Amino acid sequence: MPSLDIPRDRSNASLIRYDRFRQGKTVAETKTAQMTPETIWMLAVRDQRDKQAFSHLFDHFAPRLKGFVMRGGTSAGQAEEIVQDVMLTVWRKAALFDPERAQVSAWIYQITRNRQIDVARKENRPIPEELRDASECEEDASQIVGVEQEAAQLREALNNLTTDQRAVIEQAYLGELSHSEISKSTGLPLGTIKSRIRLGLNRLRQELKGLR
Amino acid sequence: MSAIKHHIPDGMLAAYAAGTLPHAFSVVVATHVSMCAECRSALHAHQSVGGVILDDTPGISVSGHLRGQTMALLDEPFRPAPTYERRGIYPAPVIAALGGKEPEWKRLGMGVRQKILSADDSGIVRLLHIPPGQAVPDHSHNGLELTLVLQGSFHDELGSFGVGDVEIGDEDIEHTPTADTEMPCICLAATDAPLRFRALMPRLLQPLFRI
Repeated sequence: MPSLDIPRDRSNASLIRYDRFRQGKTVAETKTAQMTPETIWMLAVRDQRDKQAFSHLFDHFAPRLKGFVMRGGTSAGQAEEIVQDVMLTVWRKAALFDPERAQVSAWIYQITRNRQIDVARKENRPIPEELRDASECEEDASQIVGVEQEAAQLREALNNLTTDQRAVIEQAYLGELSHSEISKSTGLPLGTIKSRIRLGLNRLRQELKGLR
Repeated sequence: MSAIKHHIPDGMLAAYAAGTLPHAFSVVVATHVSMCAECRSALHAHQSVGGVILDDTPGISVSGHLRGQTMALLDEPFRPAPTYERRGIYPAPVIAALGGKEPEWKRLGMGVRQKILSADDSGIVRLLHIPPGQAVPDHSHNGLELTLVLQGSFHDELGSFGVGDVEIGDEDIEHTPTADTEMPCICLAATDAPLRFRALMPRLLQPLFRI
């Protein structure tokens, strides 16, 4: 189960209007009330460079990140360096956060794995082209909430696995299995979230088409 | 661009997200994802699983000074890593692997040219430029080979492959990819072990060209 020991402040959820600091996107304020605190904080960081929201994100993610990185055998000191690098990247690259495609923790997960690999290889790993474009449209709050709900269902599905199944999935995503080992292990529970993400992606593609 | 028919297998996308895919294959995956909406959304799904696992990881308290130190760094100027943009047929990850330069092609024989993008113990990734109608010598692999079409098309015993399609060859497969006739075929190809050619000449040349 997700840990609930972190204070979750929803008080200003419906008050904030998230004007995107670069693209001028907005998320309708009424819908933000349904979003998770992490998404609301992340949008405030992205759109308003809100340091207090960032400190909430730090309090939520830093201990988890440290635990996550140390599971791979990294020392506490080095893990904290990685935590700091990751959290600074969250701040600096906030403009790239796209809640229509994946939840905050998914974005931070990828930043973390990229960082761990860059540290190990001492060079930047290949990453896909960014789709983000000068799209002026409003973000679709219902799509954002939909992505979060799918992530919640995914968590539930993962929690319903047997201990052994869960362990294999964790090993895979912690970077402890090779691709052939992952391919041999039985199906990953990705069905629903894939179709939801596809919705967001199709929408984005349509927007981009209109611009080109 | 016609629809992409041949995609990156799910296990490989998961390994890419988790960072366990060898570098050479990661270049191909990042490039394919840059061209393919389906695999991009599948990659996001894998990131979502990773995110749930991160979020469920029992926290370990960080040192007292880490938060203040990090907050203090928010306003510090920083030098962002160079970013690359798609150029012509080459998606951003290829341009990044080229260091932003035009490919300097080296002749491989029979009109086929290559540009090695990176080579290490875990594998080699290269660009291949194959003249229209030309066959790449009959070969099989000691390991895995990913071939992604960036321009033109080719066909072989496994099927036909157009722009964005990835062919996955393993040690059980012997094939003779042949470029289709309308234009030169340019591919991004990654292997985790040297190719095995059946004919003697290419075998002798192999150490020279690191194929």
